[in-house]
Amino acid sequence: MNSTPPPTGTGTARGYRAGPSAWWTLPALAFFVVFALIPLAGVAVLSLMAWDGLSAPHWTGLRNWTRVLADPVTGHAALLSLKIIVLSWLVQTPLSLFLGIFTAGRQRYRNVLAVLYFVPLLFSSAAVAIAFKAILDPNFGISRAVGWSFLSRDWLGDPQLVLATVVFVIAWQFIPFHTLLYQAGVRQIPASLYEASMIDGAGPVQQFRWITLPQLRYTLVTSSTLMVVGSLTYFDVVFVLTGGGPGYSTRLLPLDMYLTGFSANDMGGASVLAAILVVAGLLVAVGFTRFSGFNRMQSQQEGL
Amino acid sequence: MNRSFRRRSAVASIVTALAVVAGVAGCGSSGPGSSGGADSATAWILTGPTEATFRASFDAWNKAHPDEQIKVQSFENDAYKQKVRSAVGAGQAPTLIFGWAGGILKSYVDAGAVDDLTGSIGSDTTGHFLPSVTKVGQIGDKLYAVPNNGVKPAVIYYNKELFQRIGAQPPTTWDQLLQLVPRFKAANIAPITVSGQDKWPLLMWEEYLVDRIGGPDVMRRVLANTPDAWSDPAFIKANTMIQQLVDAGGFVNGFSSISTKTGADVALLYTGKAAMNLNLPSAYQTIQTGDPSFLSGGKLGYLPFPAVAGGKGDVKNVVGNPSNYWSVSAKASQQQKKIALDYLRGGLTTDAYTDALLKIGLVPPTTGVQAKLASASDAPYLTTIYDSAQQAPSFQLSWDQALSPAQGDALLTNLQQVFLKQITPTQFSANMNKTLGS
Repeated sequence: MNSTPPPTGTGTARGYRAGPSAWWTLPALAFFVVFALIPLAGVAVLSLMAWDGLSAPHWTGLRNWTRVLADPVTGHAALLSLKIIVLSWLVQTPLSLFLGIFTAGRQRYRNVLAVLYFVPLLFSSAAVAIAFKAILDPNFGISRAVGWSFLSRDWLGDPQLVLATVVFVIAWQFIPFHTLLYQAGVRQIPASLYEASMIDGAGPVQQFRWITLPQLRYTLVTSSTLMVVGSLTYFDVVFVLTGGGPGYSTRLLPLDMYLTGFSANDMGGASVLAAILVVAGLLVAVGFTRFSGFNRMQSQQEGL
Repeated sequence: MNRSFRRRSAVASIVTALAVVAGVAGCGSSGPGSSGGADSATAWILTGPTEATFRASFDAWNKAHPDEQIKVQSFENDAYKQKVRSAVGAGQAPTLIFGWAGGILKSYVDAGAVDDLTGSIGSDTTGHFLPSVTKVGQIGDKLYAVPNNGVKPAVIYYNKELFQRIGAQPPTTWDQLLQLVPRFKAANIAPITVSGQDKWPLLMWEEYLVDRIGGPDVMRRVLANTPDAWSDPAFIKANTMIQQLVDAGGFVNGFSSISTKTGADVALLYTGKAAMNLNLPSAYQTIQTGDPSFLSGGKLGYLPFPAVAGGKGDVKNVVGNPSNYWSVSAKASQQQKKIALDYLRGGLTTDAYTDALLKIGLVPPTTGVQAKLASASDAPYLTTIYDSAQQAPSFQLSWDQALSPAQGDALLTNLQQVFLKQITPTQFSANMNKTLGS
C-alpha cells in the first residue's frame, strides 16, 4: 500500500488511477448481483409474505416480522448464536495461535505434524458430523471402543453438554485453518527482531509477549473476523450433528431459519430470520473491522 | 497497455462471465421433471430395506413395458422429506410422488400439485388394499394416493431372553410396565431403548398413551383445530406418565443421543442391553440385517401397547403408518401421467410385489393375504402385525404426518422437551395450543 506514490496535484485523476480498468470487476460484480443481491431482495420481499412453499404467496405486511420477533424461540436462537461465537473464539484463538507458532518452526517433525493438523480441514462438514455422531454414541461409540466409561456421556442428548460438544467439533474442524493463518503470520516476522531481543536478554516468554503477539496483531484480526462471521452463519455441522436438538438446545439462528423454512414450511418467517442474519452479519463484520483498525491496516515492517 | 486491446479483453471477460452465469443458471433449472425427457416417468424412493423391493418392481415394469419407462432415484428419509417438498413447490416434482398421506398430502391437494385419482384408479385396484389403508389416501371423498408399502403399526418389540433372565412376563398394563423398570435395572439391563435424537420415535409413546387414556377422539379434536384441544386432560396425563417413566429410569441412559439412522436403538435390543423397544416394523427389518440369528433363534417378542387403568381407549387401537403412498404430480406431462397411472393400476397389485414385501418382513397392505402370511418365513410375526392392523378399531396415522408441517415440527420439539424434562405437561399443552390453526 505504501509503495503507491500519493497523487500529485498536476496529473488528472485518470492518469493516476491505481490499478487496471474498473471493468475488471464486472465478472465478480455479475456473480455478486445474481447470487447475492437478487436473492437478498427476494428475501426482503418474501419476509412480507405468507408462503408455504407450495401454494401462491400472498401479502401479509409486517405480520411475519412481529410474529418472529415476539417468538421466544427467536430470542433463544440469537442468544445461542452469540454464545457459540464467544465460545468458539475463546477456544479456537489460543489453540490456533500456539499451534501456528509451533508449526512455524522449520524442524522436520513439525512439518509432519503440521500436515496432520491440517487434515480435518480437508473433510466435508457432513462427513465430520456423521463421524462424530458415531464416535459420541453413548452405547456403541468411542467409550466402548477404548473401554473408558467416563466417555460414555450423553454428549449430544444432554442439553447442558451439547453446546460444549458442538463447540468442540467446530473447533476440531476449523483450528487447522486458523493455525495456517498464524503459521504464515509467524513466518513473516523477521528473525532479526528475535536476535536483537536475545542480545537484550529477553527470554521466550518476553519474546512472545513483546515480539510475536504484536507482530501477529493483524493476523489475529483477520482470523477473528473470519471466526466471528463464520460462527454467526454456522450451519452444516450442527445440523447433521444435532438437528438443533435436543429441544431447542442447539437451534442457532441459521438452523432456526432453515427449520422454520423447510421443516415447518413457513418461508415468510424464515425470510425474516434470514434478513436478521444478513443485518447481524454485516454489523458484526463492519464493527469488527472498524474497532480493530483492520481498514487502516499498514505494514509493521517499516525500518527493518 | 493498448487501449483497444484493453477494451476487447474487457468485452471478452464480460462475455465469459455471462456465459458462466448462464451455464450455472441453466444447471439449476434442469430438475427431474425435465431431465427424464417427455417419454419416461420419474419416481423418487427412500433408501433402506425397502429400496430393493421398489427398485425390483420398477425394473420388472420397465422390462415388460419398453415404451413406458420409469426412472428411479433414491434418497435418505429426512433429506427426501425436505427435498420433495421444494421440488413440488417448484413444479419439478417426480411423476410419482412418494409420501405418507396426512397433512402434507392435503397441502399438495390444496396447492393443486397432485392429480385426483378417483376417476383413473378403479375399484379393481383399490379393492386390492385394506379399506382402512386406502382411506388414508383420500382427502374428502376423493382419492389422491395409492398404498405402495407394508402396513406399519407400532408395537413393542422385546428381548425374550432378557425377560426370562429376570423371570418376568411381558406387560399388558402400564402399571406392570412400570414395575418391570426397577427389576431390569437391578439386573443391569436398560428397560426401554428409544432413539430420542430423531424425535419421532418418542412420539409413538405419546400417541399410544393419549389413545389408551382418552381414545382416538382426543387427537381428532386437535386435527379439527378445536381451540385448546391440546389442553385435554389426556395430554396432561400422558405427558405426566412419560416424565414419571423417565424419572424411574425407564429409558436407556443417553437415549436422547441415540439415532435411528445408525440403528443403535434396535441394536441395544438384539445385543441384549435393553429389554423393550416401541417401534414401527422397520425395527424388525433392522434386526433382519443386523442379527438374523436373533430372529431365527426365536428371541424376538412383540406385544401391543399396554392398557392404562381407567382409560377410554381400546387396547386394540394402533398408531403408526398405515402405509406409504404414491401420488401423481399434476405438473407431469400427459405421457408421464399415463405411464404413472398404468404402473399404479398394473404394477402395484402383482403377486411379485406382495411377495417381495413379505420377503423383507413387511406385511402387504392387501386383502386376503392370510394364506401367504401363514406360509411365509416368519408367519407368527407377520400374522400378528397383519391382524393388529386389520382388526384395529382405530388406526391412527403418526401425528407428525397427520398434522400440518408447522404443527408437526412444533409437536416433535416440544415433546422432546417433555422427555428431557425441560418443560412441564402444562407448558407442553400451552405451547401446542398456540400452533392450532397454523
